[in-house]
Formats: sequence, C-alpha cells, structure tokens
Amino acid sequence: MTEKIRLVDDNGIRTDGRKLDELRPIKLEAGVLSNADGSAYIEQGKNKILAAVYGPREVHPRHLALPDRALLRCRYHMAPFSVQERKSPAPSRREIELSKVIREALEPAIFLERFPRTAIDLFIEVLQADGGTRVAGITVASLALADAGIPMRDIVAACAAGKADGYILLDLNDLEDKEGEADVPVAYMPSLNRVGLLQMDGQLTPEEFEKAFNLAIEGCKKIYALQKQALKAKYLAIKEAVEETGQK
Amino acid sequence: MSVFYENRDIVTPGDLLAEGEFEAGRNTYKIDSKIYACKLGLVEYKGKTVQVVALNTFYVPSVGDIVIGKIIEINLHGWIVDINSPYLAMLRPTEALNKSYKPQKDELSGFLDVGDLIQAKIIAYDRTRNPLLTIKEPGLGKITRGQIVKVSPAKIPRIIGRKGSMINMLKRETRCNIVVGQNGLIHICGRNSEDERIAVLAIKKIELEAHTSGLTDRITEMIRKERRSE
Repeated sequence: MTEKIRLVDDNGIRTDGRKLDELRPIKLEAGVLSNADGSAYIEQGKNKILAAVYGPREVHPRHLALPDRALLRCRYHMAPFSVQERKSPAPSRREIELSKVIREALEPAIFLERFPRTAIDLFIEVLQADGGTRVAGITVASLALADAGIPMRDIVAACAAGKADGYILLDLNDLEDKEGEADVPVAYMPSLNRVGLLQMDGQLTPEEFEKAFNLAIEGCKKIYALQKQALKAKYLAIKEAVEETGQK
Repeated sequence: MSVFYENRDIVTPGDLLAEGEFEAGRNTYKIDSKIYACKLGLVEYKGKTVQVVALNTFYVPSVGDIVIGKIIEINLHGWIVDINSPYLAMLRPTEALNKSYKPQKDELSGFLDVGDLIQAKIIAYDRTRNPLLTIKEPGLGKITRGQIVKVSPAKIPRIIGRKGSMINMLKRETRCNIVVGQNGLIHICGRNSEDERIAVLAIKKIELEAHTSGLTDRITEMIRKERRSE
C-alpha cells in the first residue's frame, strides 16, 4: 500500500505553495478570437480554457427554436491533449452533463426572452485541464457572452471550494480534487447575490459545507473583479493610447 | 437618489449605476429602485434617465431603418435577405417590382439573384415575425458598384456623429458617396479606388476609437495626411 499524499503541510501550505484560502493565479482576456461574435480565454493555474460565442442567430435545425425566448446551446469539450492520458475527442457522459450544468448556470444571467426564435451558441474548449474546469469554464463563458454584446443581468463568476486533509480549501487543483475528501463548485452572480450552480462531490458535515460554500462565494467575488477588469482592458488600452498621442 | 459612476465611465453587466427615482434607458434594467447595466459600455446620466452606450452589440431590426443586406435565398413568396441580425428579412415582390407579380411566369432571380447586395428599408417587424423590407423608395435597390465595409452595429451612431457631423465630414473629405446601413454595413462609392481606400481606412479608425473624445478632428487630420502622402 502506498503512503497517503499530504495535501496540506503543518504550516497550512498546500502542495502548490498556496495558502488555504488562496486562488490560483488567474489570467483573463476578452475578445481573443476574431471570427466569433464574442470570445474569452482563461488561465487559472494550469487550466487553459477558451470560450467562443456565436449569435443570437437563426436556429438550425428550425424545430428547436423557442417561440418565447432564445435557445442557449452550450458545448463543454476537453481537447484530446488536455489531460495526461489521451482523451477521446467524442463527447463523454461527463462532458454532456457539464454542458448542461454550465448552460443552466448561465441561463438566468442572460435576457433570453428579448430574442425569441434565435439561438446563442457557446463553445467551451478545455485546452489543458488541472481541476476545476467546470467553474473556470463558467467564468470564461460569461466573459465571452458579455464580450459578444449579449444583454446580461450580471456576469457569472464561478469558483470551487472543498476539503482535503481535513482542511477547507479554496479553488482545488486536480490533485486536491482527486485525493481530497470533498469538492463544492459554486457559480454566483455577485451584484444580484444569486447562485446559479451548486454541486457537492464527497462528504462534508453541515458546518463544513457552510464554511466551504462561503469560501467559494468569496473566491467568486475575487474572480468577478478580475472579469470586470478583463472586459474593460481592451477599451481602456485604446483610450489611453489615443489620449497619450493627443497630449504630445 | 444617488449615482455611482461619472458620465462616460466604462461599466460592465451587473454594475449598479444608480439608485432612486431614475428611469432605465438603453442597455440597462431596473430592479425595484436600482438601475443596473446589462451590457459593456459607457454610462450616461441624462437628467432622470440612465443609459449605457454599448461598446459591442448586434443589430436588432427597427421599423424605418435603412439597412444593407445580401440575398441568400429565393422562394415563391420573394427573397430572403441576410441583414446581419439575428433574424432573416423578407423582401416581397410587391415591394420590389413595379408591375404585378405572377408566380407562374415571372422569374424573381432575373430581377435580384442570390448573392446580390441591396439597400433596403424595414417596413414591418415585431418579435413574432421576421422583418419585411422594401426597395421601392428613391436611393434604395440593388448595389452595383463601390465597396462594403462591415463594422459593429454599436459604432454606427458614432460614424454618423451628432446631427451627422462625422458622416458629412467623411463625405466631404473623401469625396465619396457613403450610405450607412443601421445594421453595421456601410456602402462606399467613390470616383476612384484611392478615395474609397481612404474612406475605408477612416471608418475602420472610427470603429476602433469610437469611445474616445475629439475623434472628428483626429479623423479629419488622418484623411488629409493620407491625401498628402499619395
């Protein structure tokens, strides 16, 4: 029998050097693809995810169109090279389920009823996975939706918390997710104070669950600030460049 | 009664813009007495109205708009036109031909064929049906020469400018005839390709810098500079 890996050391430092309530370093960028109506890219630790939005546009096949609101179609997909062992590119049972939960986390944020009989197509492509891709997928997808100019109630930020080695941790990586005791992914709309996704995998006491949930909400708020910054970045850069040349 | 941003600050969806007795203008929504942004854009407080000028958007048809579209399909009832919006538009033969239309003997493709570009006006649209077009007004109809530039529909008001200041300057300086479709397509028709090239450059620059101030002067300067370097 192999010795159990220690995920948190005596000083409360995790395997990747983070503190218990620390997020992985996040890089967010909006508008990275010129052929999509809206797009975004995220690097969260070793996760690398690309999201593209098309629409609202005509629904094909026609019979799927809804008379009273737009249809949101979401595809969460992991690239064959995104994990250690090659993953078959065909959608797995897990990916189909994640596509559904991501769609349901984003639907309440979009004013779908303003564009009946149309479809909004959302593609989330995981290029490199290291735990917590569903929440990072939601984070990057809502950024791509906002970049496409689709009216939204709020940007959705998502983050996971969990339990490993008896400690409640924020933003689990792959190792902590697999070896740890529990994982709680949360999608949250900070301005409206509403939760769009809440799952739990593993075992927690009610007190631990509450602690993990609150920790995840705090993480979402930090990510939300980064999302807003990423959306504005492109336009602020142009504005600054123009003002600089104007002063000369 | 309080506002949380300065005029022309960049805001993102979900930002709380104002609280109190305000009215929700374009690209905003109201919950109780709180007004939130629903798009990325520049916030504007105009008296009691709070609105957001979107930085990126798609075209939603509106009756009376002039649009530029492309014929993508012909059927018995008329032409199906792509107007760069979530909905495909319909052009009926009665809104295009001056004589009466008889499906038995008239061939629609002889008049407008798939791939043809048209300038048209929207005469009817509601959310339950696709927009209807007409080309039976002066200035409308098939586009036979010139160039088409595609910009984000959000930038169209900036390209036109206040009371047409920007578009009039563009027409004067580039000596081109420019028709701006509300759906983000712009038709440029000049006397030579050099004039058209400068007009395209100017429009691309306006699109990129639409949210900055003092733009009209900078564009004028740019056009004159391009002319000198010819």
